[in-house]
Amino acid sequence: MSDCCNEFSRSALLRKAIAEAGNGLPAIEPGMPRPAGTGLDRRSFLARSVGLALAVYGAGSLSPRLLDHGIEQALAAGPPNAVLVSVFLDGGADSLSLLFPHGDPEYRRLRPRLALPDSGLVFPEDARLRWHPAAASFHRLHTEGKLSVLPAVGYTNADQSHFTSRHYWEVGDTNARLQTGWLGRYLDRTGAKDNPLQGVSLDGELSPSLATAKVPVAALGGVGDYSFWAPGVWGQVEDRMLDAIGALGAHRGHDPALAGARAVTYQSHRLRQQLAPFNGQSITSPVAYPKSESGFPDQMAGLAALLAAGLPLHCIALSASGGYDTHSDQADSLAEDLKLTSDTLLAFQRDLEARGLANRVLTLVWSEFGRRAEENGSAGTDHGAAGIGLLMGTRVRGTMIGEFPGLRNGLDEDGNLKATVDFRSVYSSVLEQWLHTDADGIIPHAKAFPRVQLLR
Amino acid sequence: MSAANRIPVYRGRFGPAEAERLLWRAGFGPRPGEAKRLARKSVREAVRSLTHPKHERLVGPKPRDDDGHRIAPVDAWGHDHLWWLDRMVRSNRPLVERMTLVWHDWFATSNAGVGSQRLMLQQNQLFRSHGLGSFSQLLLAVTRDPAMLLWLSGSDNEKGSPNENYAREMMELFTLGAGRGYTERDVREQARALTGFRNDWSDNLGPVNFRYDSKRHDPGLKRVFGHRGHFGWRDACRLSIHNPKHRSYFVTKLWSYFVPTPPSASTRRALERLYVGRNFAIRPVVEAILLHPALYRGPRMVKPPVVYLAGMLRATRRGIDTDAWTWLSNQAGQQLFYPPNVAGWDDDRWLDTASFLARWNIAGRVLRPKVLEGDDKAPLNAEKLLERALAFWGHPPLSSTTHRALKTFAKHAVHDANQRWKKTQYPPLIENALRHLIAISPDLQTS
Repeated sequence: MSDCCNEFSRSALLRKAIAEAGNGLPAIEPGMPRPAGTGLDRRSFLARSVGLALAVYGAGSLSPRLLDHGIEQALAAGPPNAVLVSVFLDGGADSLSLLFPHGDPEYRRLRPRLALPDSGLVFPEDARLRWHPAAASFHRLHTEGKLSVLPAVGYTNADQSHFTSRHYWEVGDTNARLQTGWLGRYLDRTGAKDNPLQGVSLDGELSPSLATAKVPVAALGGVGDYSFWAPGVWGQVEDRMLDAIGALGAHRGHDPALAGARAVTYQSHRLRQQLAPFNGQSITSPVAYPKSESGFPDQMAGLAALLAAGLPLHCIALSASGGYDTHSDQADSLAEDLKLTSDTLLAFQRDLEARGLANRVLTLVWSEFGRRAEENGSAGTDHGAAGIGLLMGTRVRGTMIGEFPGLRNGLDEDGNLKATVDFRSVYSSVLEQWLHTDADGIIPHAKAFPRVQLLR
Repeated sequence: MSAANRIPVYRGRFGPAEAERLLWRAGFGPRPGEAKRLARKSVREAVRSLTHPKHERLVGPKPRDDDGHRIAPVDAWGHDHLWWLDRMVRSNRPLVERMTLVWHDWFATSNAGVGSQRLMLQQNQLFRSHGLGSFSQLLLAVTRDPAMLLWLSGSDNEKGSPNENYAREMMELFTLGAGRGYTERDVREQARALTGFRNDWSDNLGPVNFRYDSKRHDPGLKRVFGHRGHFGWRDACRLSIHNPKHRSYFVTKLWSYFVPTPPSASTRRALERLYVGRNFAIRPVVEAILLHPALYRGPRMVKPPVVYLAGMLRATRRGIDTDAWTWLSNQAGQQLFYPPNVAGWDDDRWLDTASFLARWNIAGRVLRPKVLEGDDKAPLNAEKLLERALAFWGHPPLSSTTHRALKTFAKHAVHDANQRWKKTQYPPLIENALRHLIAISPDLQTS
């Protein structure tokens, strides 16, 4: 394709400006930072992900496109040894319910309405703590030694804005101006310039923690939602018609816009063919996932299938089901969300084990903050500071990392839980112990954050 | 005027194909027969009919939602999109609507940040009424427009605690271009000049009572682009427009909405002279661009998603009768009133595999009410079926590659009809498929 026109287009003209364009994003909360990756809007991001479609399976007969080539090479090199899955609990999950201090005398005083009765799901490493009754799956994983638990992870002077605190976690620094994600910087250092599958958002839009500066990454709306429907066409004629899409894109010609449209037409045709085996019903998981209207179980089941297919996925990010911003009537919604999230994660772990992939995958579960220790007047909780973090996999130590600081001495002046482990300690340790790269240069001031022992 | 000062004018054949391209670039494509009718005029007359349109008329059925009710653009989610899409489909002044879309992208404001369809529609009317008028008047109107004041923090910008948001974008995106002709100090000083706007908050209505309050304005001395004065918001706009870097930014950016290749240096300079000589009037510059040979002889452009959709509705004489256009347009990457950020839509990225699927679904949805059923008669003949499907879309100009692919499909599909029931059932299916394939062909995604 001719460069002149791409270079000239209005977008190119504005490209530099787009980096600043987040200035115009709504000031939902004053001073809120722009999401990492702003400027890579959803569409441009998907456009980069397009290449993946071309090459999912042996793309040898296709036109020699760069991304094709890259994925092929990545395939030939074998799947990455270490896969990292980042699961975000959106809204600030209440760690004091998920792993609640049953044995702390302050607990019932601070939570007269929300305090939970003894669930019997004990936490052997700290006798005060119990798992939420809806989180029996986490209890099970922990008992099996496949779940490490950070009961109070965060950072000092926690910001209580969803956007700001989430941004800090996504970029791996308490810096509102940083525009690449912590995993994005990792991929920029070690990734391939032509394999977008190395970083995949499964939420259908850019996950800011994967925002890179240099290498391509990908977004998939869902593994099985790419199918074409035509009114008044079925059977043999429909099959012929779908093949004809490929024919419409087969030749390129000289006109740049027409050639671009033809290329996309052809790519869409290939994507449809290649994702067809992953279409909803045809994903067969060796284990049962929870049934839900939420996409989360399907996304995790699809992810396991993609990994099992040998695709060169390396860092994956998605959001768990539910919203954890439980300002009112917390009890029911939290129980429902925790149940679906923990049951799905257990199913995912079992799926990986059944497929023989478990030793290659580490799953990190995080939220932007925990919630205020004292309940509010609407049977809910407000934004807090430190929250819970989880690391799931067969290779994790399966123990507590950091400690639960207690409600008497462990609260800051706002009545929020103080962090006993900094999230950047976790990131630095993941980078060094799981991904085998120096955290220095990826996590700002990495040296300042003591490493924690993650693996057996 | 010397020869070098003249802006080239297209002198080639102005036939239906050229008229069709003009109608797509300067509007939303032809209604049935419209390209042929326009091609009876000279290119000058044709362009003039667009830039000097008659009194507005909306032609065709009024917009309805899925339940057959009147749409509620101020209140119902997505009906703002339907309301404007309806104008794109029904207006007899396509360039006015297209210019409104240009300004919506140029001064890109999203309801995601404004939170009021009422204010967004109010801004939309502003773009419509100033669309071909004076850019300096347009900039003044935008600067005090309530949606913009909310979007870029204009009403948070007050004496003592200036907010630079609008000042920066006004120069970077609206008038000068990133890093052209201003410094960080100019940003701060312009922000001070722009102080003074405010609004109240009503629990029922949200933001109300937008006004300029001199008590919130910083009356002090400012220094902008080397000029010193006790500048206010009008000065801030005027200084930006009179900045020597503005004219080239304006004509180049405006040109890019209509032609995908850059203007030559001499054309650009001539357009700048025209723009400044006519006191920052928009219409003469648009007219010159629409008459330029590059529009007719140059390469094709990808149609923006709403242009693609509105054009198919015009071609099939269908009005707005479903809410689906809102979410389908969103999937295709262009929900009106929700540009991705203040820089507007990314026109390099209109087409990818995700938006292609959305366009496929849009085409299917356009075609659905017209679908031929099994008992509709259609000939079991590839050539005739293709001819009928092309006629359905008013014989759009197609590349030979596309024509060949369609013909091959039709031949194979006709060949498949090797049993008696298939011989009657397949032809309408094949015609339906051909209509759909034509609609999503690379040729119809571009103009």
